[in-house]
Amino acid sequence: MVGKPMIQIRSLSKTFQTKNAEVHALRNIDLQIEKGDIFGIIGMSGAGKSTLVRCMNMLEKPTEGSVLLDGLDLANLSDAQLRQARHSIGMIFQQFNLLMQRTAEGNIRFPLEISGVDKDTAKKRAKELLDLVGLTDKANAYPSQLSGGQKQRIAIARALATNPKVLLCDEATSALDPNTTSSILALLKDINKRLGITIVIITHEMSVIEEICNRVAIISDSRIAESGSVAEIFSHPKTEAAQRLVFPEGKHTTDHFTGRRSVRIVFDGTSSFEPVIANMVLAFQSPVNIMFADTKNIEGKAFGQMVLQLPENQMLADKMMSYLDSRGLTVEEVSGNVG
Amino acid sequence: MWDEAMLWMLLQGIGETLYMTLVSTLFAYVIGLPLGIALVAFAKGGIRPHPVLYKVLDVIVNLTRSIPFIILLMAIIPFTRWVVGTTLGSTAAIVPLTLSAAPFVARLVESSIQEVDVGVIEASQSMGASTLQIIWKVMLPEARPSLIVNCAIASVTILGYTAMAGIVGAGGLGDIAIRFGYYRYEDEVMFVTVVLIIVVVQILQGIIMNIAKHSDRRK
Repeated sequence: MVGKPMIQIRSLSKTFQTKNAEVHALRNIDLQIEKGDIFGIIGMSGAGKSTLVRCMNMLEKPTEGSVLLDGLDLANLSDAQLRQARHSIGMIFQQFNLLMQRTAEGNIRFPLEISGVDKDTAKKRAKELLDLVGLTDKANAYPSQLSGGQKQRIAIARALATNPKVLLCDEATSALDPNTTSSILALLKDINKRLGITIVIITHEMSVIEEICNRVAIISDSRIAESGSVAEIFSHPKTEAAQRLVFPEGKHTTDHFTGRRSVRIVFDGTSSFEPVIANMVLAFQSPVNIMFADTKNIEGKAFGQMVLQLPENQMLADKMMSYLDSRGLTVEEVSGNVG
Repeated sequence: MWDEAMLWMLLQGIGETLYMTLVSTLFAYVIGLPLGIALVAFAKGGIRPHPVLYKVLDVIVNLTRSIPFIILLMAIIPFTRWVVGTTLGSTAAIVPLTLSAAPFVARLVESSIQEVDVGVIEASQSMGASTLQIIWKVMLPEARPSLIVNCAIASVTILGYTAMAGIVGAGGLGDIAIRFGYYRYEDEVMFVTVVLIIVVVQILQGIIMNIAKHSDRRK
């Protein structure tokens, strides 16, 4: 990546003071989000992910550390400067948070009104955005007359009205059914491609990350456990927190077949959807036993892992391993009791 | 006794009651609306938290609300004279009515605005809205239906107080009911004025509730 990052978070901590104790919502967070990224932040509820995204537009003031937006240190701004900076950070929410007494168009005009755009320009811009989110015919509908997915589309249009550099999504699809979730994610992806806007997505659902993110950070117990490209994290989750999210059924499923040689194959997205295992069986004219498989299709590439039991013939097994190796897969032998 | 003079007196009574009620309600909102907004804004977790100012306003509102209207009416007679130049008549009654209703209105406004979804206020903050913009463009419009419903409650309460203002010769239907119906045992007058008061209250309430219903976009 070239140029300075869109969002840079440096040793950020957030502590809430309650009556009886201090609650450390975030501890020493370092994070870098590049321009044009769709960056996912995933974690269990209570991990601190919502606090983190709210620190990115200072809805929550960090106790320590800094947040740089396109080089601008948000923590050091005056109130007026911060309000100005917020025009370039859009945000959408789980509960949509639309103004119930304004029409869809009125909601989209709202951020333009408060930033001092004149009425005619605001109206024109609102119309463009309604087109963008595919709700041209709902301009005069009130939020109570819209479905959840439509409300979120209006919220997205509203967030984009002032041409922000960043769009923050706080559990934006958690209140939606799976089909609507997919269509909202597709819209976000489209916006990212067309407008080049950087998107930060907070979620507790791995499927959301799989579907649209290119980079991901895993937050666990108020800290960043791991971050990197989605491909990396999905194929080689290093920390326990990451493994729990990527392989919710558990990684240690090889206990039962320790008698013969078993290998774990990791699909890290570098191989295409060639039927590798089937081709291998055909090539060697010898069956293998698939003991475990958990693969996912992300952006047309295979991710996940598979455990195979190889034939007892040592030479044949070795050849199979090198065959798999030559197909660009990571192969590791599962020896004995891994658990 | 149902001569023309009596009819005119009743009509004048309706006029005076409406005059006192509407003008006092208006002035009570002139004071109570900003006060209610300030209570919400300065409160802990509000859009402009200010513990000291909040406490001061809170105490003032609580103290003034504790004074019974009939006592306030007489206690502030010098103030009333200073403001309107007289202590008698409908106009003079507007001063104590306003002062008595303003803290009540402030509480009503406070509770209406508190009903506005915090998420919506937070969203407007995330878009860079200033405190005044949040008040004008988010809090008040979003609370509008509830504010109007509470306005019906406030005006009907004030109308009830106008009956007591008869003590200082304020006139109005309540005054007629007390002077003729109570002191002179003229039961028919009592009955007619009570019916008239009920009709006035129902019409006033009906109109305001109807406005509230039509202004609400949530249904």
